[in-house]
Amino acid sequence: MIHPPISLKPYGNHALLVEWPNEVSEIILDSILDFEDFLRKDCLEEAEWETISAYNSLLLVNPSVEIDYENFESKIYEWYEQSKEAPKRPQLLWKLPVSYDVSFGIDLEEVSKNIGKSVEEVIELHTSNIYTVYGIGFLPGFMYLGGVHKDLETPRKATPRLKVAKGAVGIAGKQTGIYPQESPGGWNIIGNCPVPLFDKAKDDPCFVNVGDRIQFQQVSKGEHELHKIEAEVGIYKPEKVVLDA
Amino acid sequence: MLKVLKAGFFTSVQDVGRFHHRNKGVPVSGSMDQLSVHKANTLLENDVNCAVLEVTMTGPTLIFEEETYIVLAGAIISVTLNNEPVHNYKVYKVHVGDILSYGKLEKGFRTYLALKGGFKTKEILGSRSFYLPITNNNRIEEGDTIPYKAVNSYEPKISEIKVDSFLDEVVLEVYKAPEYELLTDRQLEILFSKEFTISKENNRMAYQLVEQIEKHNISILTSATLPGTVQLTPSGKLIILMKDGQTTGGYPRILQLSDKSISILAQKREGNTVSFKFI
Repeated sequence: MIHPPISLKPYGNHALLVEWPNEVSEIILDSILDFEDFLRKDCLEEAEWETISAYNSLLLVNPSVEIDYENFESKIYEWYEQSKEAPKRPQLLWKLPVSYDVSFGIDLEEVSKNIGKSVEEVIELHTSNIYTVYGIGFLPGFMYLGGVHKDLETPRKATPRLKVAKGAVGIAGKQTGIYPQESPGGWNIIGNCPVPLFDKAKDDPCFVNVGDRIQFQQVSKGEHELHKIEAEVGIYKPEKVVLDA
Repeated sequence: MLKVLKAGFFTSVQDVGRFHHRNKGVPVSGSMDQLSVHKANTLLENDVNCAVLEVTMTGPTLIFEEETYIVLAGAIISVTLNNEPVHNYKVYKVHVGDILSYGKLEKGFRTYLALKGGFKTKEILGSRSFYLPITNNNRIEEGDTIPYKAVNSYEPKISEIKVDSFLDEVVLEVYKAPEYELLTDRQLEILFSKEFTISKENNRMAYQLVEQIEKHNISILTSATLPGTVQLTPSGKLIILMKDGQTTGGYPRILQLSDKSISILAQKREGNTVSFKFI
């Protein structure tokens, strides 16, 4: 197991940022999440602590405490050392259905032209890779997914759309993702996922966590409609696979 | 119920905020000027988390359909209760059918209406704070009714407090944020010597400042942000995230406002100036 070096940065009086080397890598992300898990279970006792992880950083924030930076800093380094011995978290892979029907995939043709592949090849490239959730932000439930096949990399649209549909699956550069709600957006839209990524009625409104893996599975427009109805009545369960840590 | 006769510019229900969902991209939300709200709730002997109405710039006209006790706080605005002037940080009893009417804004930008026991709109993900699409609306509209529990008799321990107003304060006290060390001497000099003007781009998500500092090409990976974080865009523009700000961002985070300074900024509007000072 590799334990990349960490550095700490002050962030106001209620927060502290732990940083890993500045690169997008699964090794770094897994190290962050193992440490986050360890901190939450064994170190940060007050319930008010929140931890927010993304790419190469982990924010520890507690609006109700005044952080004594010097003291906290040495504790974090100590905890990071201890966490190296802690058991690793299991890793989850979610298989999410996506319809690449042209009625959803409004930029499929354009992407296909841009990268010089057929529409079928675009879909094949998008569904064959397993993506990593490097962060959740921008909108509630919006996942920053890394791991796009290099042949599929295509620039974001020159002019962003004012309205992108809920569930729209987009690609831009090295990233892909799902718009969890209708919003403006500049990514190329190639399909639609009927599974709601954010459900405010649930205690945990977003079933995906940073560090989880995602794979898209092509479904027909009819199956998309069916899954959407299943999700609306609350009987759709996204397919989950536990990977070896 | 409190019935909205006229909506005003932008009025919303807010409490201390929505915590523990930031890792799923949900902003904290909550009252922009927490300091003033806290005083109002204290005066009413309310829990700190009691929900209030946050009135921005132009106020609404409201009719009370239950008896209760109210306190106004924050910006100074001419408000009348049944045509009689009422003032901030003083407990008033209101009766069924009383009309609260907001007039001219005199100082500050956001004023608050707190009432005994707080507003009882639906709690979603642990908070009543309006934020689309977590709540169905981001502001109140004409004809809306906002629930609260009737309070018929209550003896306030203190009926009025004198408050040291911070509405005239222009200095924002700051701490270092993660990318502070990457600033050049030239950028730091401007940042801490100049006054900055609030741009017209200011709302519950963020306040942009008009004057820029030197541009840069610092590149960071998307990382967590906080309300009160001062971000620096590549062109040198300063953006201060506020309560509805995104939970992650890709711009360098150079400074972090103190809690009090977030309240000070929340009372500023387009054209006002502020400056930065280390705490």
